[in-house]
Order: sequence, then structure tokens, then C-alpha cells
Amino acid sequence: MNRLVGLVVAGAAALGLMPASGHAAADHVEIGFVTTLSGPSGIIGKHMKDAADLAMDMLGGKIGGIPASIVYGDDQFRPDVGRQVTEEMLKRDKVDFLTGYIWSNVLLASYAPAIKSGVIMIGANAGPHELAGAMCAPNYFSASWQNDETPETMGKYMNDKGINDVYMIAPNYAAGKDMMNGFRRYFKGRVTAELYTKPGQADYQVEISEIRAAKPKAVFVFLPGGMGIQFVKQYAQSGLRETIPLYSAFSVDETTLPALGDAAAGNYEVGFWAPDLDNARNKEFVTAFEAKYHYVPSYYAAQSFDAINMIDDAVRAVHGDLSDKKAMIARMEQAAYSSVRGHFAYNTNHFPIEDFYLLRIEKGADGKYTRKIDSRVFTDHKDAYYQECHMKPMK
Amino acid sequence: MPHEADEVGGGGSAADRVMHASLLLEQLLNGVQFAMTLFLMAAGLTLIFGIMNLINLAHGSLYMIGAYVAASSYAAWHSVLAALALAIGATIVVGIVLEVGIFRALYDRDHLDQVLATFGLILFFNEAVRMIWGATALYAAVPRFLAGQVELLPGIPYPVYRLAIIGVGLAVALFLYLLVGHTRIGALIRAGASNRTMIGALGINIGLLYTLIFGLGAGLAALSGAMAGPIFTVESGMGDDFLILAFVVIVIGGIGSIRGSFIAALLVGIADAVGRAFLRPLLALAVSQSAADSAGPALASLLIYALMAAILFFRPRGLFPPRTR
Repeated sequence: MNRLVGLVVAGAAALGLMPASGHAAADHVEIGFVTTLSGPSGIIGKHMKDAADLAMDMLGGKIGGIPASIVYGDDQFRPDVGRQVTEEMLKRDKVDFLTGYIWSNVLLASYAPAIKSGVIMIGANAGPHELAGAMCAPNYFSASWQNDETPETMGKYMNDKGINDVYMIAPNYAAGKDMMNGFRRYFKGRVTAELYTKPGQADYQVEISEIRAAKPKAVFVFLPGGMGIQFVKQYAQSGLRETIPLYSAFSVDETTLPALGDAAAGNYEVGFWAPDLDNARNKEFVTAFEAKYHYVPSYYAAQSFDAINMIDDAVRAVHGDLSDKKAMIARMEQAAYSSVRGHFAYNTNHFPIEDFYLLRIEKGADGKYTRKIDSRVFTDHKDAYYQECHMKPMK
Repeated sequence: MPHEADEVGGGGSAADRVMHASLLLEQLLNGVQFAMTLFLMAAGLTLIFGIMNLINLAHGSLYMIGAYVAASSYAAWHSVLAALALAIGATIVVGIVLEVGIFRALYDRDHLDQVLATFGLILFFNEAVRMIWGATALYAAVPRFLAGQVELLPGIPYPVYRLAIIGVGLAVALFLYLLVGHTRIGALIRAGASNRTMIGALGINIGLLYTLIFGLGAGLAALSGAMAGPIFTVESGMGDDFLILAFVVIVIGGIGSIRGSFIAALLVGIADAVGRAFLRPLLALAVSQSAADSAGPALASLLIYALMAAILFFRPRGLFPPRTR
């Protein structure tokens, strides 16, 4: 009986109460934000959520001048859960935009239902090559980078410096191989070894002993999250850090630096952004973030902050007419909002054309370690897949 | 221009590296060191499983609590003794509260109920730790007097802290050997492992004995966690993966046997280290380097379980099962 009433009410709402054509400004904007909020990776989700909340605060709780809210979903670091959360947001919460997504596998699993629904989706971290290439879509944008670009930056830097005999380590799963391939796309020097370790491995002393015996000139690792903390600590404890410099990608950042103390001091990282990136918008973001949350934002936070501001800018451009997707997409393609990365552009595949930097782990004035810009490696870098993207127009 | 993909540069050919004697010694030492961390965890687990017939999945949570308390109290007071005392003391208290409050109701239930209940405790403790210490992994410093390296073999410096872990592991093994083999409590523990009903019938306060053993197990887990902190990541859920290895150790060693756990921990630790170090270069002699690069680590991580399967095939109750009637 109740269900029948519900159906009748819903039917009446659909027929009579909803505006027939969508030229009117919406009275509410709902943004779905999917990230990891539980488990050890929950720290990344915390950075992202805090940054998105800060962006909303600074916009006065409005997106494009319209009262707005963000609904957060926990993907639990699992693709199936991520997809389910995404579908719930589309059906139950009727979100107007989807963003977040730390992990490539979660994003890939959630991608099809989101794209099919016509909602504009903005990846605020993961950048799997499929989405930059053959699977690109008009209603998908990346507010971050394509996965390969960060290791490419390290490969380019080490190649330009003429650093030879590099010992490479990554976990034995798909992203690990992708990262090493990205590195090798620009690094043409000698590789001492390319070692794949068990995902989630805790102790690296065996590998460190091997590195000492192999005598490389440099070590390059991709060991995200807890693996990075473990490897970097153990590498420093072994005393090798003083003789063989450690270069890494996605392995040391502001989510793990508090646990590393001085073990990471002087190590090299790469990225499109760092807290000290010199532009007014970034200063404003970092200052406000630290004032509100009392910790240093990571790139996860920066990307999430940008994603919300990008949505705000697009909604503003169409004066709140959320049904005009084409105009919002056209606006997003201009990359006109004020980004913490400074000026950048969107490529034909909706991935940023942006600069990448060599970063160095250093102690800030407040005694906290952060990643600091050392030098620019790529200017206006494009990912390797955009030519495979043949964007079909939106229906 | 340097050539691309000069795979086997650096330390000579793969065969050379396999034969490298000092590297082999160093990797054996790495294996022994890993074994000691495993042993501390497994010793408590095997007592609890062997004597009380309780599968305690929350043992990894006790390890985590030990690591968190040790890391945060060391950060506050910079005293190794205070950090260890607090970590072990606090974890024993938590362990005893769990034993009295929850596990007593579980001893007579079947293993599935125990697994469910203690799995629930894992979720509880992982979340509790996040609420108390936050989501960021905790910084755990190496005590200053244990920082740095010593040169064991010419040209091979070894972290002092890891040597300290080996030392503590051996000391605990000796302590447990004396406790179990040469004290009245030890006689009760052995009797409990052989026949629980009988020692109850002989008028021993079995409840008190269980609580004592559980406290001992919790203390050992805390010591293991406290020492693991500076090497591993002190984060919510840090004990969960480690617990699986500890179960492998006690199954190989024979459930309830401290001596078995010690030998099994050594076997597992050394097999793991040697497998990770030498399977890949050995494989590279047979197949291509890139095939060895991906197959090596996969096979190495299987090695421990292959070892367990092989040992259980010949000795289904483990290496040193306690004599039961």
C-alpha cells in the first residue's frame, strides 16, 4: 500500500511538478564525492574531504551561487563498493556532479554507470590510461593527471641529468608495471634491475641488501601508502641513503610524511603541484587549509579543491541551468577557473596539459616536512594517450 | 648514448650474484631477524590456541596496540624503558579485560564462533585506534642508542636496531624456555597443552591459569609490536597481515609448542628472505630476465605456503605437536 502511494506521488511529481524544459536555474546543486574514508588509506580520503569542505566554505556553501551540498561515499578501497556507492549517488541522491576517486580500479569500475547517466564526472586523483585514450568521454574530466605522467617526469629528469645504473622497485600489480613503463618512456639510461615486490610487503631489508650488493647509482621506487613509509624508513636506517640517492613517485607525500620524520629528508619526488608552488591562488589555498585543519595539504587535497572550484565555475557560466550540460562542458574545457596549479589548459581528451616538477623533501619553517619544488621538468606536458581518444559528442 | 634496457648491469651476471657468499650470509641474517619478529607474535598465539583451544584473530590488534602505545609514549618521554613498560602493561590490561569479559564465553564454543567474535574485535580495535590516534600513520622513532649501523662483515653495514631485535627475540626464547620447562607455571602450561580437562580435575584453578597465559600472550604481542614500530608503518590494521604469517608459523611448529614456534619462525623467516633474494636471479638463468622479474616475487611469496604444505604433508600436526591424550 505504502509503495503504491509512493509510486503515485513520484509519478505526479514527475509529470506535474518538475519543470518540463530545463531552462530554469536549479535551486540546489548536489555533488557526489567518492573516496576512501576507512582503513589505512582513509588518510587520503580525509585530505580530499577536508579540501572539498574548505572549497565549499570559501564559496559560502554555494556552487555557482546556488545553495549546494556534497554527499560523501566510502569506496572502502574496493572497486565493487565504489561502483555501488556511485550508483546509489546517481539514483538515490540524484547528484548533479560526481568527483573524488583515488584509485584507478575504483574509477574504472564506476565509470560506465556514471558516464551513461550523463552526469559530469571529474576524477580528482586517479588517471588510468583507458580514460585518457580509447574510453574518453565528453562528460569526463580529470582534475589531476594521467597516471604515467608523474613517473615520466622522474624518467625525464634522471635521463637529462645523465644518471645511469638505476635500481627500480615497484609492487607486483598492474599500476606498478604502468609506473615503471612511464619512467622508461623518458629514461634511456642503464637499468641495474627492475624488481617487483609483493603488494603490501612490510619488510624490505632483503631488497635493501640486494641494492647494496648491486651498487646502483640511484634507486627509483613506486611504493604508495604504507609500503612507501616502510621502504623509506628502512632505507634510511640501512645507511644507504647517504651513498645512493632515493628517487620516488607517489611514494612520499604529505599524507605519509608525518609518519616518516626525517627518514625522507633530502629524497626526491615528482608531481604537478607542491604546497609551495608559487602562485596567489595556491598561497590562498594552503594558508586557508592549514589555518582550518592544522596540517599540510597533499596533492590529493589540492586536486579535490580544484575539482569543486571547477564545478563552481561551470555552474556559474550557465547561470545555474544544470540541464545545459554542453555549455558546462564547453566552459570546463577552457580551464578558466582559478586553479592552485596556476595556468593550465585542457587537452582534447579532457586531461590537463600542465607543468611537472622535481620535488625535494625538506623541513618547513614550522618544523613539518613537506615536498618542495626543486625545478620544473616538463612545461605544458601532454599525456601519451590523447591521440587514441576520439571524443564522441554527447547525446 | 647509453643503451636501453641493459638489464643485467651493475653487480655482474645473475649467476655471480647467486654465488655471492657474503650476500647470502647477509640475507640469512635478514631471515633470522624477520623470524624473531614473527616468533614473538607466534609464541603468544600458540600458547593461547594450544592451551585454551581459542583461535584469537584479535592477537594482531594486541600487536597494534603495543606499537601505538610504544610509539606515542616514546615520542612523549624519549625513554625506551618507559615506552616498553607502558606498551606491554597497557596491552596486558587490554588482553586480560578481553579474556575475562569476552573470551571466557568463547572457550566452549566452536572455532567458527571464535573466528567471528574475534574478527569483530579486529574491526573494533582498528576503528578505536583511528579515533584515538587519528587516521595518519604514527611516527615511531628508532631509539637514539640503537640508530646507525655496525659493520658485521667488511663492507656490509647492518642496522643496529635489527640486531637488537634479534637479541630481544633470542632473550625471549630463552625466557620462555626456562619458564615453560623449569617452573611450576611452566609445568601447568605444558599440562594444559596436553590435557586441559585433566588439570582442571586435579584441582588447578584453570580460570586463573588461562588469564595468566592470555596476559603473557598479550605482553609478547605488545613487545613484538613495540619493536616493529620503528621499522614498519604504525597504522590502523597493521597487525592483520602479520597475523596470517604468525598462524602459518604456529601451524608448522605444532599448535601449543613454543619450541615448535621458534623453529618454524626461523624456517619461515629464512625461506622468505632467501626466496625473495635468490629466486629471481635463479629463475633468470632458466627463463628471460623480464619473465623472472614478474614470476620471481610471485613464487617467492608462495614459498612460505609451499613450505607449510610440504611440512604438513609429512607431519600433519606440525613439527613439535604437544603430546596429548
